[in-house]
Amino acid sequence: MTPHPKEEWLYEISAKRKLINLNFKEIWHYRDLLFLFVKRDIVTVYKQTILGPFWYLIQPLFTSVVFTLIFNNLGNIQTGGVPPFLFNLAGITAWNYFKECLTKTSTTFTSNQQIFGKVYFPRVVMPLSVTISNLLKFGIQLVIFICFYCYYLFKGYELAPNGNLWLFPAYIIMMALLGLGAGMVVSSLTTKYRDLNILLSFAVQLLMYLSAVPYPLAEATKKFPPFVTNFITYNPMSQIIEGFRYLLLDSGSFSWLGFTYTLLFCLVLFFVGIIVFNRTEKTFIDTV
Amino acid sequence: MGVILKAEHISKQYRLGVVGTGTLSNDFNRFWHRIRGKEDPYLKIGSVNDRSEKATEDYVWALRDIDFEVQEGEVLGIIGKNGAGKSTLLKILSRVTSPTTGSIKTRGRIASLLEVGTGFHPELTGRENIYLNGAILGMSKAEIKGKEEEIIAFSGCEMYIDTPVKRYSSGMRVRLAFAVAAHLEPDILVVDEVLAVGDAEFQKKAIGKMQEISSKDGRTVLFVSHNMASIQNLCTKVLLMNNGGIEMMGETEEVINHYLKIFRNEEASVELSDRKDRKGNSKVVFDEFWFENLDGEKIAAIQSGMNIYLVLKISNTSTQRFNEIRISIGIDDDKGRRITILSNHLTNQKISIDQKSEKLIKISISEIALQAGTYYLTLFLGKEKDVFDWVENAGYFEIENGDFFKTGKVIENNQGVILMRHEYC
Repeated sequence: MTPHPKEEWLYEISAKRKLINLNFKEIWHYRDLLFLFVKRDIVTVYKQTILGPFWYLIQPLFTSVVFTLIFNNLGNIQTGGVPPFLFNLAGITAWNYFKECLTKTSTTFTSNQQIFGKVYFPRVVMPLSVTISNLLKFGIQLVIFICFYCYYLFKGYELAPNGNLWLFPAYIIMMALLGLGAGMVVSSLTTKYRDLNILLSFAVQLLMYLSAVPYPLAEATKKFPPFVTNFITYNPMSQIIEGFRYLLLDSGSFSWLGFTYTLLFCLVLFFVGIIVFNRTEKTFIDTV
Repeated sequence: MGVILKAEHISKQYRLGVVGTGTLSNDFNRFWHRIRGKEDPYLKIGSVNDRSEKATEDYVWALRDIDFEVQEGEVLGIIGKNGAGKSTLLKILSRVTSPTTGSIKTRGRIASLLEVGTGFHPELTGRENIYLNGAILGMSKAEIKGKEEEIIAFSGCEMYIDTPVKRYSSGMRVRLAFAVAAHLEPDILVVDEVLAVGDAEFQKKAIGKMQEISSKDGRTVLFVSHNMASIQNLCTKVLLMNNGGIEMMGETEEVINHYLKIFRNEEASVELSDRKDRKGNSKVVFDEFWFENLDGEKIAAIQSGMNIYLVLKISNTSTQRFNEIRISIGIDDDKGRRITILSNHLTNQKISIDQKSEKLIKISISEIALQAGTYYLTLFLGKEKDVFDWVENAGYFEIENGDFFKTGKVIENNQGVILMRHEYC
């Protein structure tokens, strides 16, 4: 063994905390774990089911059908020339990705306390793996969306994606950041105060209706009272969903101001999430 | 050789009682002190970690000012009573939680073997779980791939390796998990009582593997155990903890002797109430057992040839009185071999116990005919076909060399386990 210089340590375990303590080298070291978690999430969800991955498709399709029946047929919401079913499917596909990221991330600490209490690995691997495995689910659902897109084209609807379609990946990243950020904040707070878990399950449900999922943003500004309209306009998720439909179906509105606002919002929330998560991961096992 | 791990002033404070009332207000108070740049007000208070005393404050120091160094290649045993802070220290070392004050500096990767099988997913096959579990413990995919065959062979589960783990017997699961953990190659390995689970064969295998890791590969091992025999077997140095502080650190023999001296009275009896790995319907259970000499004093060490009593405390938790219960005590040697059995069934004595009551069972053993060594007790309680309580490896006792033949001569250590009265005529 070669003698080490006196004060050269690989790492230090201490009570001191830095504001942001993301060790990218360490996360890179655990990249295999990240992908094994992703694989585990995908492979195990529908084990011992007959339809298997088809469940990924059934849920958004049926929700879209019900939405079309209620909001468009019964509620008579105008979708600006786009087939209502396709309009709803686009919104639901995007919303589902955000929702899954948020709800799955929000239980990171409470549902993994067994394993977190036994071994160390960078805790942030857990929420990251959730985001990635949901991305695959999102991909499958997007394929179904494209199938219906082609079907409606074939039936003679005039559909075309918007010229800004290259922004599409940015929207996906924004949704991921938003879901992760909010999820990490909630998961950190639930280690001590369990109230948030209960709140979250119905808050997400209600938030969907205030995120312009089953209606265009323009429709909402016309019919809702001003404070609700403000909420919906400044809600980053409705901006994302609106933008999502704008890119894919060329319906609705888009502004660079709105885009920048949403991007900043997502980034800030993400960093707040990382900071809170980092503080919690060191000692949560004592309070959970 | 150099210092591979250094702990400086490690302290850990815990809140007593339920998290809930007062948590929010204490959090605010703490936050208020911090933004004004003051010290956490709750660090100044806190009781010493002595579980038998009634707490006077809301906070307790599970660890207080721990300082020690570990040399490269050293096998450090950590011993102490239940609740002395051993596991808290290991939790901090394995980075599961962080200390309240102080720091640990290390020069190597630490991997912990706190509980085998952490993170097994029941739906995945054995092979898939090897990868998942290995990655959780810090191995890369390439590393695991290189050792896959070796791990499977060590586990002895070849036939089931592509079957979901939920179909495994619990023994197979432990074997597979230990196989993965044993093939970890960290610079520092932290082990907490893993040897307490599993059958005798598994324990032997586990001890063998640990010896191999430390002696052959020259890696540093931190090992927590209540089993003095395996501590003596494995460790080059021992750290004795008491009430959250370090009582003593030094050579193995010296520290263990000190430990036996100060804790002799307490440790002479073995509590069984927190043992979870027991079988049976628990209508009547073993609470604790100890050895006594003829004067009725508890003893921790026995010499061969002594006349002693084995005292069992049992309690009937049901609302039914039992006549003619059967108690059997199996004595195994350190290799897990059954040496003999003591049973009221053999001596034809009837034992009964009233509903909702405790009872002391005293068994007299005259001129105990065991060679020096460590022996393990398996306790069994039942009635006809009913198993009330069955605790395997309930505890161990040490036999020291004694004047069995009343000639001052003793049998050499490697010459068997039992002593037999004999005479040349």
